Amino acid sequence: MLIKCLICHQEISPVVTWSSLWSKPEENDLCKKCSEKLNFIEGEACEKCSRPFSGLDPRYRTGNLCHDCTRWNEDPEWGSSLERNQSLFLYDDFLKEAIARYKFRGDYILARAFSPFIKSKLQTLDFDLLVPIPLSSERLYERGFNQSAALIREAGFTAAEMLKRTHAEKQSKKARNERIHLQQVFQRIADHDAENKKIILIDDIYTTGSTLYHAAKILKEAGAASVCSLTIAR
Amino acid sequence: MRKQKVRFLIYPCIEVNTLRFTIKNNILTPFLIEKPQESRPISSFEAIPQPPLNETYSFNKKLQQFLHGKQLLLDDLPFPIEEIHEHYENGYILYRKGMTKEKNKSTCARCGNEDRALFVCFPCARCDEEHCTYCRKCLMMGRVSACTPLVSWSGPVQTQSDNQRPLKWNGTLSPGQQLASDRVKQAVTDNTELLVWAVCGAGKTEVLFEGINTALAAGKRVCIATPRIDVVLELGPRLKAVFPEIPVAVLFGGSEDRHLQAPLTIATIHQLLRFYKAFDTVILDEVDAFPYTADDSLQYAVRQSRKPVSSMIYLTATPNQKWQKDCHNGKREYVTIPARYHRHPLPVPAFKWCGNWEKALKKDQLPSAVTQWIKKRLETQKQCLLFFPNIDKMDKVLPILRKLEPKIESVHAEDPDRKSKVQKMRDKEVPMLITTTILERGVTFPNVDVAILGAEDRIFTESALVQIAGRVGRSAQFPSGNITFFHYGKTESMVKARRQILKMNEEAKKKGLIAY
Ligand SMILES: [Zn+2]
Ligand SMILES: [Zn+2]
Ligand SMILES: [Zn+2]
Ligand SMILES: [Zn+2]
Repeated sequence: MLIKCLICHQEISPVVTWSSLWSKPEENDLCKKCSEKLNFIEGEACEKCSRPFSGLDPRYRTGNLCHDCTRWNEDPEWGSSLERNQSLFLYDDFLKEAIARYKFRGDYILARAFSPFIKSKLQTLDFDLLVPIPLSSERLYERGFNQSAALIREAGFTAAEMLKRTHAEKQSKKARNERIHLQQVFQRIADHDAENKKIILIDDIYTTGSTLYHAAKILKEAGAASVCSLTIAR
Repeated sequence: MRKQKVRFLIYPCIEVNTLRFTIKNNILTPFLIEKPQESRPISSFEAIPQPPLNETYSFNKKLQQFLHGKQLLLDDLPFPIEEIHEHYENGYILYRKGMTKEKNKSTCARCGNEDRALFVCFPCARCDEEHCTYCRKCLMMGRVSACTPLVSWSGPVQTQSDNQRPLKWNGTLSPGQQLASDRVKQAVTDNTELLVWAVCGAGKTEVLFEGINTALAAGKRVCIATPRIDVVLELGPRLKAVFPEIPVAVLFGGSEDRHLQAPLTIATIHQLLRFYKAFDTVILDEVDAFPYTADDSLQYAVRQSRKPVSSMIYLTATPNQKWQKDCHNGKREYVTIPARYHRHPLPVPAFKWCGNWEKALKKDQLPSAVTQWIKKRLETQKQCLLFFPNIDKMDKVLPILRKLEPKIESVHAEDPDRKSKVQKMRDKEVPMLITTTILERGVTFPNVDVAILGAEDRIFTESALVQIAGRVGRSAQFPSGNITFFHYGKTESMVKARRQILKMNEEAKKKGLIAY
C-alpha cells in the first residue's frame, strides 16, 4: 500500500534517510518536503527552556539563560519547580498550522507525525513517568482527545494522568506576572505516586512556560525527585 | 490556517462529558453525563428510529430557520441539546449516523468518503470508545466521527413567494443565449437535468437569469455552486444586483454568510457538504474545473444537497470526453451556445512545431519560432500571455525573456503576488505575462494574443487547450487575436481542441449566430 504524508497527503517516496542527528528518527510518516519544513532547534539555546539564541536580542540573554528563565529562577517559589524544558522544533508558520490542525480541528493522527521524534528524544532521557498536561472536561469533550496524552501514547508509552484542571484554561492576555500568581490551575489525581519519581511533562507548545511551571510545582510538592518537560514546539 | 472562529459549543447549560445513546421504545436517547451499560455510540446502531411528526408541537422557528436543508454537527448548533432532542422526539429533527459501516467498509455520511486511508481510528474521549473513527476528508468542516450524529430538520418548511418577478434586469440576450435561456427555464420548471455547453465568452451567466427568476417566483430554493472561489466572488454581486429584493447567501470557506438561509445561495461546492436535501434547483458552474472532477466527495455533496425532486443545470465551456459522447448519443440533455455574445467567431489555434524546446532551454535558448512570435508582439505593443506546462520551465525562460524586455512578469498558483501581477497586466504596465495553467480560466484581458510553449504536455488536456484559446478576443472592441500552440509533436488533445473550436464556429454560422 502507498503511504501518504500525514500532513500534506502526498505519496511518500521511501528514500528518506536521516542524518544521525540526535532526535531524527529512522522513519516516519512524513514526506521529505514536510520533514524538511520541520525546523529542529539546533545551535545555541537557553539551557533551561531551549529558546534559541540566534535571532534573539542579546539584551534578553544572561549567560546561558534567556531573560524569561532568569526571571523564573529569581523567584524562590517557582524557580526550582521545573528543572528544564526541551523542545523539538521552532514554532514557525508551518508547525503552527500543523498543530492547529491537530488540536483545534481534532486531527488525532497528526500525533503520529510527531511521535517518532518524541520517541527518539525520550530514548536519550532518564525518567520514571510521562505526565500529560490535562484539559478541562469541556475541552476534552470538544476535541475528543488530550493532545499531550496522545503524543505519549503514539510514541509507545503510557501516559501517567496525574493532574486535572481546576479552571477553564483560557490563556488570558494578562501580563506574565499576573498569570503566574493565579490560583491553582491543576490538581493532583491521587492514583499515581509521585514520590521520588523522575517526571517528564509532555505538552505541545512551550510559550511562556507558565502552564508547565504550574504542573511542575504541584508534582514537586507531591514529592517528585525532578520534573522536566518536553514539547514539540518552542 | 486561522485559529478557529466563533464556534458553538454544545450549550453550556449542562455539563457534557460524553455522547452515547440508547434506543428504547423506538426512541433514541442521548446520555451526556453518565454512561449506562447499554449505551452506545450512535453509529453502532443498525438504524436510527424516526418518531412521527407531532403536529401539535410548538417547534422553535429559529431552529427551523437555522437548520432546514442542512446537515450539521451538534457543535454547529447554537441551541441546547435538550431542545434539539425534544424536536427529535416530536419528529421535527432527523438524526443520521455520522458514519456507516457495511461489511468492514466505512463511509462518511457527510462527504461520502470511503477511502480507508482517510479514516482514523482513535481512542475517543467523547464516546469513551477505544476504537472510534473519524473522517479526515471533510475534517475542515468540523470533525465527523462514528459517535457524531448528523442533524437535519425534518419538520415542515415554509415556502412562499409573493414576488412574481424578482428579476430586475433590462439587458437583452443574444439569439444563442435566448435559446439556452429558454431551455434552462424549461428544465427548472420540469425538474430535469440540462447541460449548457457555452463557448468561452458566450455570456453564460445571463442565460441563468430567467430560470432562476422562474424558480424563485415559484418559492423554490436555488443554489449556484462552482469549484472555484473566484467564480463565487464574481457571481455574488452580479446576482445580488439583478435580484435586489432576494436575500443571497454567498458561501465559501471562512465567509460570513455561513448560517444565512436564503432563497438564492452561491457557494463553492465544498460548502454543499453542510446541506441536505435543500435545493429545488442546483446550477453547477464550470463542472469540468478542478477539483470537482477529481474529487468524489464533491460530487457526493452535490447529490446530497438536492431535493429528491429537483432540477440540475450544468454549465461548462469544455465538457469532458464522456459528456461530449453522451451529448452526441442523446444520453444527456444539452444545449449549446456556439457563439460569443459579440457574435464574432472563436479564434482558431495555429499549431507550430518548434523542435526539442526543452533541450534548447538547457542551453538557455528559446526556439526561434517562439522568439519571433514574442518579438513581434513586443514591437507592435500587443499584450500577450505565454503558457508553460510547469513552473520549472517557466522559471528557466523568464531570465531569457527579460533580456528582450525587462518588464515581463511570471505568475503561478502559489505566487503571493499573483493578484497584483494580474492587475499590472490589466493596467497595461506589463507587456507580457508568462504563466502556468492557473490563468487557464476565469481571468480575462480585453486584448491579448496567447501562446503555449510545450502544448504537447499531458497537462494540456483538450479542455485546458480550449480554455486557453478562449482567452483571446473576448471583448467586443477587440474580438479577434492570435492563438498559437508551440509543440514538439502534435497530440490528440491538440487536434480535438481545434476540432471542437472549429465545430462550434461552424454550428454558430449555420444557426446564424455569427454576424461577422
Ligand atoms: Zn508532506
Ligand atoms: Zn529560557
Ligand atoms: Zn467517539
Ligand atoms: Zn467525511
